[in-house]
Amino acid sequence: MLHLQINGKPREIAAECTVEQLVATLQLEGKRFAIELNGDIVPKSRHAATRLKSGDRLEVVVAVGGG
Amino acid sequence: MNMQKKMAGPLVIAGKSYHSRLLVGTGKYRDFAETRAAIDASGAQIITVAIRRVNIGQHAGEPSLLDVLPPSQFTILPNTAGCYTAADAVRTLRLARELLDGHALVKLEVLADEATLFPNMPETLVAARELVADGFQVMVYCSDDPIQAKALEEIGCVAVMPLASLIGSGMGILNPWNLDIILDRARVPVLVDAGIGTASDAAIAMELGCDGVLMNTAIAKAGDPVMMASAMKKAVEAGREAYVAGRMPKKMYRGSPSSPTEGKIGP
Repeated sequence: MLHLQINGKPREIAAECTVEQLVATLQLEGKRFAIELNGDIVPKSRHAATRLKSGDRLEVVVAVGGG
Repeated sequence: MNMQKKMAGPLVIAGKSYHSRLLVGTGKYRDFAETRAAIDASGAQIITVAIRRVNIGQHAGEPSLLDVLPPSQFTILPNTAGCYTAADAVRTLRLARELLDGHALVKLEVLADEATLFPNMPETLVAARELVADGFQVMVYCSDDPIQAKALEEIGCVAVMPLASLIGSGMGILNPWNLDIILDRARVPVLVDAGIGTASDAAIAMELGCDGVLMNTAIAKAGDPVMMASAMKKAVEAGREAYVAGRMPKKMYRGSPSSPTEGKIGP
């Protein structure tokens, strides 16, 4: 198991997971979102190649109403 | 005072033309249907959005804001609302750029104080420098201080957006004199951002010579947001036309009859 922190909350997922697989797990495919991994943005083009490891901190954001 | 930079024609920001000079936020509406209806009634082409953590486990089929207001129909202006440091603001807008496929036009705001939401100008200047260097086109919320506004322009911001009064306060334009000095010196578009309460406030901003007005709460929290959006559209257009037309000179303490003084009937 990988122990991640996603949007400030702990989450455990299966070992050997890429950002792309995490996106599928979170049911975000096809949506507009952006991901930061340990403070750095992971561009969409690198989702498939970026492997996660225990202790990784992720921020997953979307656009919401605001002024 | 104001150097009469009067020109008819569109609003131009970072080389792109917009026929609407009213920019609107997308927050505080009852639901997405009301958001969309109000924004359509406002005629706005540039709409602001906030960047927030996704609600994990949210129903997958639920529509998102950008499904209702797609970037193909509007210029999306991501903001840094809620950021109190330059670092957080820069980080937020880099995420926004990734989310919007490389989109460069952004609204920077770095707040100083939770009670007033007044801008933190030292942090705003730091963030503006970093964002401009990183290729962003920065529209920047700022205090109505002509020196700070000019400094932001010199950094390379594409528009400066001084407050009329506190964000969400609806108190209107409290210092038209400062806005006048900012307008007199600016070489980039000046938009009033924050504090507009009703249509006359927007008209006054435009009559002063502002290039545009950005508002959210004045529409979203009106009794009838869709009708207020329509009122704001007309107020911004009327104020702009009045500015371009050029108002009559003020005559203090002396009336001037509009009808002929000759040929009045006799006793």
